[in-house]
Formats: sequence, structure tokens, C-alpha cells
Amino acid sequence: MLAETLLVVRKDLRVEWRAKVALGQVAPLALLILVVLAFALDANSSLLELGAGGLYWVAVLYGGTLLIQRSFDVETDDGNMDAFRMSAIGAPSLFLGKSLALFVQIGLLELVLGSGIALLYNVRVTDWVLLFVAAVAGTVAFSVCGVLWGVMSAGLRVRATLLPLLLVPVLAPILLAGSRAFETALGVRADAGWTWASLMFVIAAIHTAIGLGAFGFLLEEG
Amino acid sequence: MSAVVEFEKVVAVAGSFPVLTGLDLRVAQGEVILLRGENGAGKTSFLRSCAGLISVSSGDAHVLGFDMRVDRRAPRRYIGLLGHENNLYRDLWVREHVEFRAAAVGAAESDTDAALLRVGVPKQLWSVPIGSLSAGQRRKVAIASLVVGRPRLWLLDEPHASLDSESRENLDVILAEASQLGATIIFASHESPPTNGIASRVITMGGGRVLEDSGAS
Repeated sequence: MLAETLLVVRKDLRVEWRAKVALGQVAPLALLILVVLAFALDANSSLLELGAGGLYWVAVLYGGTLLIQRSFDVETDDGNMDAFRMSAIGAPSLFLGKSLALFVQIGLLELVLGSGIALLYNVRVTDWVLLFVAAVAGTVAFSVCGVLWGVMSAGLRVRATLLPLLLVPVLAPILLAGSRAFETALGVRADAGWTWASLMFVIAAIHTAIGLGAFGFLLEEG
Repeated sequence: MSAVVEFEKVVAVAGSFPVLTGLDLRVAQGEVILLRGENGAGKTSFLRSCAGLISVSSGDAHVLGFDMRVDRRAPRRYIGLLGHENNLYRDLWVREHVEFRAAAVGAAESDTDAALLRVGVPKQLWSVPIGSLSAGQRRKVAIASLVVGRPRLWLLDEPHASLDSESRENLDVILAEASQLGATIIFASHESPPTNGIASRVITMGGGRVLEDSGAS
């Protein structure tokens, strides 16, 4: 199972490396959103510092949704969904492989956005460990939710508009938990940042369990 | 010869439209079957049913010994399917793509080179993105992706499409060789002869069932 999972990860990352969509298009667009949000808040530095955690996760939500969409566009292009279904690779490995590849891509996006808020929003990190753990938890949760919902809409003609519609409500709790955890890590909120980070791990674990069990069925019926 | 495909009174529905309407067909190992018929005759639906991509609503369907009504995914690891589309990752380089397909079925890396050479993809194209190839070259890469997996059952929908005459002949040789090694081949085609030449049996379909079978006793 590990070898199959890594095979899918390598393929997805290679497709991305060749196409350069994540770093070449999605990351600059998400950065642009940070800039636009800064303008929308009138470049008010104290307001930006207060809202940095939330604005960061809004940008991740937007960029992450595009990456999830792209991950399944690659599988549906040129009839690839048939090959995906016919693949000798087990459904749990396909699920984990695509999730892991998305984790890497969204992780890279977050690094770019993290640099963006550091530069644009003048933030100071007070708890690096919490910041790191919350980012990892949020990225895992984004990735597994994305793959689970991505495969459900992959076979549909209207997937381009349907996927964000399905995904945003599912990702909203992660957005909320990530924002709260980041606010604690950035020292603008004193409450339970670790609880929020743990919540994201719980969301990730639930979706991973569902994905491992149901991905084959969803792939078949999608 | 043992039966590779055994369909008895098979009915299959796509959406609300019946695409197979009581299909009876038995295909033995090593046969090369040419499916003929007008557009909408059910050729593609039959191929997709054999691959388990369309579920069987009623009747008995066995592919490579697996009951398709129980588990339609089970025979897939032994099947090579080539539809109208090529199932290629356009951003990957040619060799990377075939290598991925090879690894997915547990074939050796060296098989990738052999498959690409066998279908006539020149070495200078191996490190080229698939998206920049011509339609015929992409079809060859798709065929190489099947060859590398050495399927026991080949399901091909208009496999000669986009290929030049030399490549068509080469594909026929590849299919004939696979058949001699024990693989079973079912392909749909609107080509005039010489495509018929490699077929051991010609089946004409219409309305989702068999109208004529050259191998019927």
C-alpha cells in the first residue's frame, strides 16, 4: 500500500512540477488576495495584525480550493477518469496518494502566504510551535476533505462550480479553527489555540477514515 | 477454450437509457473479436460493461471468471481499456506517463522502453510533454501504456483512430502477437478491411444486442 501511495504522490507532484500551476498561478493569486484584503481594510496595521490569522486562512481556502479542483481536473482530462477507475492501484492508496500530494502543494502555498502576511500585515509570532502544528493540522484536514469531496464531483459536468459550493461549507470549520489557533499563536487572542488545532486533527482523522473506507465507492459512482 | 467473456441476456442502463438490451455473447480466450455496428449500436457500452465501468442491471455477466454483478472491479487489473479518448496525463513527459502506467501494474521499468519502441514512438519524443504531441503520436503513447501492462483482455474502441497506415498495420501486428500469447482482444471499429484481417470473429451489434455473429454455429 505504501509503494502504491508513493507512486500516486510522485505522479501528482510530477504533473504539478511540469505544469507549474500551484506555484506559478495559484500562489501569486492567493498572495494577491492578501494584498487586496489589506487594501480593503485601508492598510490599517492594527486591524490587519488582529485579523491576520483569519485573512491568512481565507487565502488558503481560496488557493486550496483551486488546487483541489486542479488535482481532479488532471484526472478527468482526456478521459483519465476511466484509467483512474481501471487502475490496479487500490482505492485507499489512491485516496492517500492524492491527499499527500495535495498536502505538499497546499503546504507550499501556505509557506508563500505565511511570508506574505509576515511582510504585509506586520505580524509577530508568539508561539511558533502552535503556529506550525496548526498549519500542519489545517493542511492535512484541507487535503483529505478536498480529495473526498473532489472525487464526488469529479465525474460531473458542472464540477467547476459545484466543487467550491460543496467544499466551502465543509472547509468552513477548518477555516474557523485555523483562524482561532493562528490568532493565539500570533498573540492577538489568549484563548485555547491548542484546542482549535486539535479540532482540525479530529476533522482530518474523521475524513481520512471515511476516505479510506469510501473512496473506492465514490470513485465508482462519481 | 475457457470463456473470457460470458454475457447472457445482459441488460445495462446508462442514466435512464438502456444501452444493452439482452446481450448474449461468449468470447473464448485468445479470440480477436471485431465489433461492428452503427453509431449507438452498443459497441462502446459492451466494452465498458466488460471493464465494469457500466453496471449490469440484469442477466448474467462474467469477465475473466469474475461475476460482474457481484464485483465489477475485480477483473480490472487484468484488463487494458482504450476508449475514444487516450487517458493520458498531458503535462507528463511521454516516458514518465508510460512508466507510471507500468509501475501501477507492477511491470518493470525496462518494459516501458520496450513498449514505446514496440508501438513506434521514437526516442526523441520520450522527453516531450504529451500535450505537445500530435493526435497520432498521443494514440501511440496510449497504446504503449496498454502494451506495457500485458493485459489478459484488451478492450479497444476505435484503436486505429488518428494512426497513419503504417502505424495501423503495426497495431494489428501487436494485437495478433498478444492474441498468440493467449490474450483476448475485443475491438470496435468502423474501419474497412484490412482491419478485419486480424479478427477471428466479427460481431455486428444493433440496439444493444448481437445482430450477427460470424462465429455462431
